Amino acid sequence: MNNNGKIISSNGTEMFSPPSNTLLPTRDAGKVPVLDVRGLGIDFGGLRAVDDFTITVGPTEIAGLIGPNGAGKTTVFNLLTNVYKPTRGAILLDGKSTSGKTVDQVNKMGIARTFQNIRLFNKMTVLDNVRVGLHNHTDCNFAESFLRLPAYFKAERKSSEKAMELLSIFDMENEAYTLAGNLPYGAQRRLEIIRALATSPKLLLLDEPAAGMNPSETAALMESIRKIRDTFHIAILLIEHDMNLVMNVCEGIAVLNFGKIIAKGSPEQIKSNEAVIEAYLGHHDEEEE
Amino acid sequence: MTLFLETIIQGISLGSIYALIALGYTMVYGIAKMLNFAHGDIIMVGAYVIYTSVTMATLPAWIGVIISIIFCSALGITIEFLAYKPLRGAPSLNVLITAIGVSYFLQNLALLIFGGNQKAVPVPNMSFLNIKLGSTLSISGETVFTILVTVVLMIALTLFINKTKLGKAMRAVSEDRDAAQLMGINVNRTITVTFAIGSALAAFASLCYGMNYAYIKPTTGSMPGIKAFTAAVFGGIGSISGAMFGGFLMGIFEKLASAYISTQLTDTIVFGVLMIMLVVRPTGLLGKKLNEKV
Repeated sequence: MNNNGKIISSNGTEMFSPPSNTLLPTRDAGKVPVLDVRGLGIDFGGLRAVDDFTITVGPTEIAGLIGPNGAGKTTVFNLLTNVYKPTRGAILLDGKSTSGKTVDQVNKMGIARTFQNIRLFNKMTVLDNVRVGLHNHTDCNFAESFLRLPAYFKAERKSSEKAMELLSIFDMENEAYTLAGNLPYGAQRRLEIIRALATSPKLLLLDEPAAGMNPSETAALMESIRKIRDTFHIAILLIEHDMNLVMNVCEGIAVLNFGKIIAKGSPEQIKSNEAVIEAYLGHHDEEEE
Repeated sequence: MTLFLETIIQGISLGSIYALIALGYTMVYGIAKMLNFAHGDIIMVGAYVIYTSVTMATLPAWIGVIISIIFCSALGITIEFLAYKPLRGAPSLNVLITAIGVSYFLQNLALLIFGGNQKAVPVPNMSFLNIKLGSTLSISGETVFTILVTVVLMIALTLFINKTKLGKAMRAVSEDRDAAQLMGINVNRTITVTFAIGSALAAFASLCYGMNYAYIKPTTGSMPGIKAFTAAVFGGIGSISGAMFGGFLMGIFEKLASAYISTQLTDTIVFGVLMIMLVVRPTGLLGKKLNEKV
């Protein structure tokens, strides 16, 4: 392996075994991981924003990516979705490399995401937002829709029904014709998740899904996250500062600091990890319990 | 009274042409976030295609019109692919200058092929649509056709934008290109479709222009192009209904100004109205408010 600089950082508790599967829940053991990232890194100018990022996520795993502000967590999401082209390393989605794919192709391969600052299509209705997510699953080409052929009506009706079905799973069918921009904050967060699910992902990336939520909304969100995994049988990788949520729903956690993974493991292992406590204390001590 | 009604009807007819062109400007601006100043010249090309296929190749006028629509769509796609696509992500000034370059290229290409003399556009005969209202007011078939075509196209476009998946993709890209792409939307293809539709609308505009003005020369497209751009800004650039509305208003202003004030000052008045508009309401009549990033 050509891991430049043999990972002996000052915090260094990193033990390097080839792609460690210690994170995988037992039910996913032996299956091809949905996400297999090896030695991923990106430089911005001279700055190593992310370096030697290696992680595996099982097909039905809920995994967490945590770390202090500016650690590079969102950069990792941008790398996974090919918004940033990695300087080093490989991303295998379901065993297939995403290298050289465009952002929309990566989505088609099975990665969908939500945003830290909500980015819905505010001037479109809730239903239409979901139907944008269904775009690649609506079988109707340009000529058919322009000439309004029967195939068009059939495809549009099916897409509309499917969107409604998704909305009703999250109790949002009554808001279907509301403009997304007019929804209350919590509903906007939920809609973002639904829109991402509409693209039929194998891996759902949630960027701070609990940001701005009160404790009862966060509790509901935890339920939703488990429900998504159980209903859609997909993997979820989430970035979150709310330690209560992370420790409760995540099965495997990776901790990022200064662009490098400083620890990986189960919630219990992470809680007692020296390097993690060191990275967090002084920055986010109020969030540590 | 008759003069007033006639003026208004002529204004709507002229406004229809502006609206058709303005739709191309506003759609491309909304989705590709660029001002395609070569758009006006597509009208000129469309008219020359009708001229070539009907006068020179002696095809029936309707066939010429269909060839013109297809040719203009293909031209729009080609221009986007060769001139604008390589500049995706470049500063907007670079794209703007390129668009002006494409405009001059098209004008000079037409000058090279067809010469500087004006040519008659052989448009289909529309006299069967002539309407006589009362004893004094009559509306020419060309005027009726222009308004009808525009209204039908606007309804079709509105349905397309609101009801189809490609239309939804276009709205999504215009609102947040990156988020749309992350939802699996092929942004490049969406932009291509936008250029194809905008250019096809320009081809319809060239047909209507030919019917109403009969003659074309290589610079024919620039003035209606600029007026239509003005109409798009007037209505609120980026807004489809704004372009339609702005186009009609611009046509009516122009005809009213020339009928009641002065034919020579018409353009001054039209652009003067735009200047006032930009001072009073910089986002245009139906323009979106600029969202401040928090």
